[in-house]
Parts: sequence; structure tokens; C-alpha cells
Amino acid sequence: MQTTGTIKQREKLSNSDLLLVIAAGIFALMYGFAILSYPRSFLQFQTFFDLFSLNAPFIIITLGISVVMIGGGIDISVGSVMGLVTMSCAVLMELHDGSVGGAILLALAIGLAFGLLQGFLIAYLDIQPFIITLAGLFLGAGLLTIIHKDPLNVTSPAFVALRDYEIIVPWLGTTNRLGHFIPLQIKPGAIVVFVLVVVLVSMMKWSRFGRNLYAVGGNSQSARMLGINVKRTRFFSYVLCGVLAGSAGFVFVMTTGAGNVGNGAGMEMKAIAAAIIGGTMLNGGVGNLLGSPIGALTLLTINELIRAAGVDSNLQAIIAGLLLYLFIVLQSAVVSLRGGSSFALALPAWIPFARKG
Amino acid sequence: MESQNVLEMSGIDKSFPGVKALNDVRFTLRKGEVHSLMGENGAGKSTLIKVMTGVYQKDAGQITINGEPMEFRSPQDAQNFGIGTVYQEISLCHNLTVAENTFIGRGNYRFVNWNEINARTKELLDSLGIPARPTQQLSSCSLAVQQMIAIARAIDMDCKILVLDEPTSSLDEDEVQKLFGLMRELKSRGVGIIFVTHFLDQVYEISDRITVLRNGQFIGEYEAETLPQLDLVSKMMGKALDAVADVHTQEPVLEDDSVPVLEATALSSAAGVQPFDFRIRKGEVNGFAGLLGSGRSESVRAIFAADKVTGGEVRVHGKRVKLTKPLRAMKHGIGYLPEDRKGDGLIAELSVRENIILALQVMKGFFRPLSRRQAEAFADEFIAALKIKTPTSSTPIESLSGGNQQKVILARWLLTRPDYLILDEPTRGIDVGTKVEIQKLVLRLASEGVSVTFISSEIEEMLRTCSRLIVMKDRAIVGELSGSSITESDVMHMIAGGGRE
Repeated sequence: MQTTGTIKQREKLSNSDLLLVIAAGIFALMYGFAILSYPRSFLQFQTFFDLFSLNAPFIIITLGISVVMIGGGIDISVGSVMGLVTMSCAVLMELHDGSVGGAILLALAIGLAFGLLQGFLIAYLDIQPFIITLAGLFLGAGLLTIIHKDPLNVTSPAFVALRDYEIIVPWLGTTNRLGHFIPLQIKPGAIVVFVLVVVLVSMMKWSRFGRNLYAVGGNSQSARMLGINVKRTRFFSYVLCGVLAGSAGFVFVMTTGAGNVGNGAGMEMKAIAAAIIGGTMLNGGVGNLLGSPIGALTLLTINELIRAAGVDSNLQAIIAGLLLYLFIVLQSAVVSLRGGSSFALALPAWIPFARKG
Repeated sequence: MESQNVLEMSGIDKSFPGVKALNDVRFTLRKGEVHSLMGENGAGKSTLIKVMTGVYQKDAGQITINGEPMEFRSPQDAQNFGIGTVYQEISLCHNLTVAENTFIGRGNYRFVNWNEINARTKELLDSLGIPARPTQQLSSCSLAVQQMIAIARAIDMDCKILVLDEPTSSLDEDEVQKLFGLMRELKSRGVGIIFVTHFLDQVYEISDRITVLRNGQFIGEYEAETLPQLDLVSKMMGKALDAVADVHTQEPVLEDDSVPVLEATALSSAAGVQPFDFRIRKGEVNGFAGLLGSGRSESVRAIFAADKVTGGEVRVHGKRVKLTKPLRAMKHGIGYLPEDRKGDGLIAELSVRENIILALQVMKGFFRPLSRRQAEAFADEFIAALKIKTPTSSTPIESLSGGNQQKVILARWLLTRPDYLILDEPTRGIDVGTKVEIQKLVLRLASEGVSVTFISSEIEEMLRTCSRLIVMKDRAIVGELSGSSITESDVMHMIAGGGRE
């Protein structure tokens, strides 16, 4: 059956891209609604970029968790690891006169260590990722309280200079109520996010590792038959996620300037939520990393909206929860309707009873 | 002697927990030949192939390729060495595009050049006439096209050895011919091809040599030209043709015009049997004969709606009914003892009693539980009637022997007082004494007016119990034999396509 005519046929969107489009659409709606409701704050570029500047660590761990989820796994240790890194960096710089460069290395090393350990246990010893990273969650949180209990402000001049550094973009500023023009300020954390998004999205699209990860997440059995080293691919996804959690920890310190026992607590769950809202499916093989920042921003916008409305902040969690329900059902529906099969909830393989056959 | 053998395997052993899948198996493949690997389901064909391609590690034995000892640790190793494999289950990734599925995991690259793989895939698909586009998601292709893509991938790898494990099961006649054309072309280029299939005619159309396995054992290696199809069938089944004449105890049912207990027309299911007609009368015992994998089980599963029914019409006592799931079939008086006792039949942790009352309980609904006393009475009745050897009725069924487990499952169905009972391999893997008991039970049930379909791999056993045999081959019914004079060789001739003598 040759395609008739010479016009190149346009392909249907892949599931990954379709879910990305949906995620982007929902974010646009959400942000549009915010602008209509609170034009004074949401119409400012500053507000938009502040979402990146202030929440860079959150977006970075969302990227990490999305990578692992595309490979069909899960990593719930990222919040703890990030918290541990913030305190470790603060202690190093404040109590041991460490340099900023040393702190960055330490952050990456801690993340790498967690990634290597968990990746090895999950990929090579074939243990359920949920259990392993749950252990990692406890380990990270425990180590964090042992290192230093009290909040620790970092006061070294080199660090303070980095913390307060802002990139000024004069042509995108806004005029405040008094008529003064204030140029747009972007924190280094936001730059880290932009760079990581570009690098990671390209990696998933073009690199051998990225494509293999999609195959492994889609069907690990087939991936193996196709000649892909499934274990190694899985292993690297956890290593990458760990390193990203480490970098997120440093960006966290860079944003807040302090180590704190509560840093990063519970953030892994928000990151999973953001990844799902961003169109990454829990059962693997589907997702586009561009969706991760979009998912994170959608959650953040909801929070900002609720804060601006001045209602009970518990509503944030409630709305996020409802939204998550909606997304999981929507994803399952979209994917199974397109597959032509009957509707079934898409559950990940690491939930024991979700295994088919 | 310059060996023409590209591949030599000898003394291959492979065990899985509880099963010896391969026992001292050998296999050789010459350059530029098509070598068929034949055997019934479970004979060890797929295992042998997976041992060769590094999916499984062998327990013992030797593999040499081009005269050099070789051991693959993973499918990737085998692939890099020039062994292309198309597995029985399509092993491609649904979430990737056609082009990606064709090229992923092959060769050395760090980054994907999408334009290049799309262009090369287009060329490949066009040259093979496969109706798919490189940028299409694999999940949007039909099963047959997916299979062709898997084959295209293997062909494109420029392999020395090509393994095709049941590649034709989802292809239609045209596509099969196209595939055979390709195989001949590759053969002329010196590629050695291992071909696994259930379709006997296809074997003879394309193969040079045939190796037969049975129960994990090497039976023989033959030139295709000199091995009559009938001999092949008997070798696969392990039955000599001059089998003893049979004593037939079952009286043929007189042709009568009474309404059949069950009548199916053009029934088909998602498990892939050709639409078939079927009818059974009150008190009749009939059987489905054929090789394992010929579609026997799939046919009865379609009747019981154990697989998704995709078409056809069923009448029970002349009334049209829609059997969409097993519970509906049960409520119409049909019972089904599945072939896979461990997987589909017993619930290992539950007691004998609970296993016996299960089907009845399901029919009653779980909100109207049988009382403990009732349950015990039923259990004791059948333990006595079927002579089930169990310490008590609350013993877990898993601690019983296979034969007694099978009787428990039988009791489960008898308790529902079915009009029509389907027994799929009820005697497999159980001792001779129990076998005879079950055969007698079948005949007794029939005399009491229950219709029974009895399936067994042992033709001789079916001849003893059935008055009518439906013969299947390649997932379709090829004929029917009835009367008291049927012999084993009649059945084999019909399976081999020779018709009745």
C-alpha cells in the first residue's frame, strides 16, 4: 500500500507530545486566568521570572524525577537528598571555611553517591525502586538532622555575592505603582534551570541514552531483545536523577542562603505531581522533559493564585490533589483510547499488583 | 573438511525451576539453508533459540559459530555478532517510531541522526513493500505490520544467521509469500536461517532440513525432501504409526434430530482461531484432536468465553445466547476444566473444600455464601465420589498430588451440575490409575446425559472416550472423524493433510 500522492503525510502526535501539548495548554489557561484575575502582579514579567528564580530547585528535581519516570521507575529520595545537600553545603561554607566551588563539588558528590547506590541496587540487583528510594528518603533526612540541627546562615562574602547576584534585563522591566521603572532581575538559579532544560531535553531527544531510556520505560523486555543494555540504562537514569537532586540542593542554598532541617521535606511528592501534570506518565516510556518545568509552573501558579486570593492555604494542597486525579485519569484515557484498547488506569510496574499477566 | 556449518550446538541442557526444558539437544545450521525447528508447544524450540541468542544462559553444552566456541551473555552480544532474531512475541517498543524500532540498540552511535534513520528506514520499508511510514508510532501499526518491521530490522542487520521464531502467525497468505521470497533471497546470499513454525505446509515449502524436538529432547535431524509429512507429525507427537489397533468402548451416537445441547456457528475469539462451527448433543462425548498449538484449547476457550469472543453465534438448547464471559457460560450450564491446571485452575493456598465450592459460589454470587455445613457436605460428597486422596477437606490443595488436584478441579465443575463439560487435557501429568478413573468418569457422565468435550494429547485416550473427533490443524478445523473404527493413524493422516485412508 503506497501512500497516494506526493504530499508528505503528517503524523499523528506521539503520546509524549500530545500530553505535552495538553500540559502547555493547561498552563496557559491557568496563567491566563491568573492574569485576568490579578493583572497587577501576574502581568509583570518579574512575577513570571520569579517563579523560575525562587523555585529553581523544585523545577530541577522535577526534571530528575521525570527522567527516572520515563525509564519506568520512581525516585522519592530526591527531596531528602536535596535537603541534605543544602545543610552540608551550609556547614562546609560556614563552619569549615569552605569555598563556593568546594560546596558545588560537595553537592554534586552527595547527589552522585545517592544516585550510584540507588541505581546499582535498583538496576543491577533488581529491587523495587519505590522501596530503595524510600530508604534513601529516610537516610537523607536522618543524615540531615545529624549534621546540624539549627538553621545555618551562610555568611562568607564570596557566597553572599553569589546569592545576591542578579542578572538585570533592562528591556523587560516593569513600572511600579509610583511610576518608577524597575528592570527585570533574574537569579542565577533560573539560569541553571534554563541550561538544564535545554541540555536534558536535547539529551532525551537525540542521545543514545535518552532514546534507550524511552525504550526501556516503554517495554523493558522488548528493549532487551532489541539489544539495549536495560540495566545500564536504568542505572544511569538514577545516577542522573541523583546528580540533579544534588545540584538542586546547591541552587536551594544559593536561593535561600541557609541550611535548614526542613529544607526539601516533602518536595519529592510535589515533584512527582509536577512531572505528571507536565505529561510524564507514571508507567514509563511517555513524557517530554519540556513538560516538567511546565508542570512545576502550573502547580506554582495555582499556589500563587490561591495566595493572591488570600484564602486558606490548605486549599493549595486540595486543588493540587484534585488536579492530579484529573491528570492521571486524563492520561490513562488519552493513551488507552488512542491505543484502541478499552479504558484502563495506567499503573506503573513498580506497584506490585499492577503487573499484568 | 571445510565445515559448511555456520552454527553448531551440542549437548545443550537448560533447566527452569521444576522443569528440564532442554536435555542434551543438538542443532546445526549450514550456510545458506533454511532449517526448520519443529516440535509441539513446550518441546523446547523457543528455549533453544533463546539459549542461542543469549536471552537465557545454558546449563551445559557447547555452541560454536563458524567453528569457534561462542557464548553470548545478552541479546545485544548476539546481535552485534550478526545474529538477527525475530521472536514469537513481537519484541518492539510501542512508544517509539517505526524508524527508531528499526535502528535502536544497533551499532555504535552517541546521538541519533533522525533524518538519516528515517531515510534509511523508508528505503528498507519500500524495498520490502511494508505499508508503514518511518515516522509513524509503532503502536499505530497493525500486528502484521509490526511483525514485518521486526523482520525488516533483522534483515537490515546484515546478519550471518537469521532466526525466525513463529514469524508467520500474524501474517496473511500474501505476507507469508512475501516473507518467503525474502528468505529465499537471503538464503542465496549465504545467510543461514532458522525457521520455527507450527504450520506444516509452510515448513515443506521453504525448508531444506528439519530438526525435531520433543519434550526438550533431540529427536532427529532430517532432509525435508525425504521426510514425509506424516512421519514428521508422528515424530513430533512421539507415536509410531503402526500403533496398536484400538479397542473402542464408546458407542457412536445415533444420528438423531434432537436439538444440540450447544451449537456454535462461525465462532471466533481474540486468541486467533479460524471461525469454526461446533455442535454437541446430549450425552455425547467428542474431542478436539491436533498437535499442541493447533488451536484446540483456543476453540474450547472460545466456547466458554474464556478468551474475548470476537464473532459468531452460540445456541444453548436451541436458544440463542450471548456468552461474553465465563460466568455467563457457567450460568448456561457449561463447565470448563482448563489446560493449565496451576495457572487457570487451582488456587494453591486455598483448601480442598474451598477449591471445590469455588465455581458454585461464584455462580451464586459472593453475597450469598454457602454455609460452612453445606460446603463441608459438598466437599465430603465429592471427595468420596471421586476418591480424592486428601487428609481432610481443609488441607491446602497445593499439598495434594497432581492427579488429586485435578480431581478437585473436576469436582468443582461437577458440583455446578453442568449440562456440558469441557475438559482440556484433564489427564496430563497424572498417574495412569487416575487417568483411567477420569476416563471412566467421563463415560459415566455421558451415560447420565452430560455432554462432554474431551481434549487430550494422547490420541489413543481420546479414541477410547470420544465418539466423534474434530481434527484441527494450523488453528482451523480440517475434518471430523466418527464411528467406532477410527484409528490413531487415521487421525495422524488427517492432521498431516492426507485425509482418511
